[in-house]
Amino acid sequence: MNTSVIVTGFGVTAPNGLGTRDYWSATLAGRSGIDRVSRFDAGRYPSRLAGEVSAFVAADHLPSRLLPQTDHMTRLALVAADLALADANVSSGDADSYGMGVVTASSAGGFEFGQRELQNLWRHGSRHVSAYQSFAWFYAVNTGQISIRHGMRGPSGVVVTDQAGGLDTVAQARRLIRKGTGLVLAGGVDGSICPWGWVAQMAGGRLSRCDDPRLAYLPFDARAAGHVPGEGGAILVLEDAEAAARRGAGPGYGEIAGYGTAFDPRPGSGGAPALPRAMELAVRDAGLSPGDIDVVFADGAAVPALDRIEADAITAMFGAGRVPVTVPKTMTGRLYAGGAALDLATALLCLRDGVIPPTINVTPEAAYGLDLVTRRPRTAPVRTALIVARGEGGFNSAMVVRRPDDE
Amino acid sequence: MSQESTATPRMTAEDLLGILRTCAGVADDIVLDEKALDTDFGSLGYDSIALLEVTANLERTFHVDLDDDAIKASDTPRDVISMINGR
Repeated sequence: MNTSVIVTGFGVTAPNGLGTRDYWSATLAGRSGIDRVSRFDAGRYPSRLAGEVSAFVAADHLPSRLLPQTDHMTRLALVAADLALADANVSSGDADSYGMGVVTASSAGGFEFGQRELQNLWRHGSRHVSAYQSFAWFYAVNTGQISIRHGMRGPSGVVVTDQAGGLDTVAQARRLIRKGTGLVLAGGVDGSICPWGWVAQMAGGRLSRCDDPRLAYLPFDARAAGHVPGEGGAILVLEDAEAAARRGAGPGYGEIAGYGTAFDPRPGSGGAPALPRAMELAVRDAGLSPGDIDVVFADGAAVPALDRIEADAITAMFGAGRVPVTVPKTMTGRLYAGGAALDLATALLCLRDGVIPPTINVTPEAAYGLDLVTRRPRTAPVRTALIVARGEGGFNSAMVVRRPDDE
Repeated sequence: MSQESTATPRMTAEDLLGILRTCAGVADDIVLDEKALDTDFGSLGYDSIALLEVTANLERTFHVDLDDDAIKASDTPRDVISMINGR
């Protein structure tokens, strides 16, 4: 018996908007949050642009008890979770605390916090290292802090699959709900815009070295030369549709209709990329065929070989130019564990308003055969969306969301 | 080395309240002032890891060696002032 699982609320912390309203209006207007790095002096590094949540003042949102013990990205995650619960009209006392779980994605943990404490260790000695370092750096820290703040003691966990994580957490939430947990917070908020995080990302070889925010991150463009990193993401409230109806939550933003994931073959083995399989599994799991999908939110690596793999997967499934494709993360940069969660929230807004947000700055390379929505948003009857996400190291995940009145 | 950095300074109530604010913040429903000096740390909203952080700060600031469990949740700020100044 497969329970229908719906999204009843979400919270967004994005470089181009804090909170859903600001983010969505910026995204439809094509307003980017990518600019020069301000969180540290990146002047002598080869990559100098980032998508930072610039308007964020943690003390305006969180109690002072939490500030000494949290990394910047954990503070963003706590605010996203607060916004999500408010959006879903859930307050912590509403349900049995063991009936609510938390599953977040992470790529690096609290790197900026960790860098500071390692510097304290190196410069001043072990007595100068914060006791909070014991957990503040850790991959699972956002799950733990959200769980403690809202008294959510149900099944919880963390998924570490880079950019695919945002979708993988929602799939895990759906599994937990189908096993009987009433409500799960899922998604990801990430970011490690500090020297230590920066050099780790540089080592991956996929960072753009362009200094022009309008030219630095151009997926599916002939000029594509890597991505701009960003911070932020989204946290979503997932519930059993029937339980949500019983508490009067309404139909929500949409149903998590399908999910698929597949791992790439060993590099150099000559095996085919696994991305098409993840996409096929997601559409099949939703009980749909490709012709039923109204829009694709692409991963958009902006590395030519990876763009080629993704474009081929899309055209193989849908036919060349047969489905609108968009990459709104051209306005935020790639948010690692937060990226696909934000794409999922964006897709739900797209379903709600019947408007596909644009991919900015990109001139599509014709050879990819994609109907890329560029420059301005496109109005369209959108009942279903396919979200595609790839994590460095071989992770491929895809998810189908369906509008609530389309079941 | 100067005289000040080697001598063990006396701790005032305001010193300790400042260290608590810096190391552990203040819970939403708590007013952390002189009236809180006789309330135990648990009731003030500080858990064991917050007290560990405070302990490390006291060691650095007042040049003392303290065990990790020198401050317990059942202690009050006034107990800590007495402990530091009594050494």
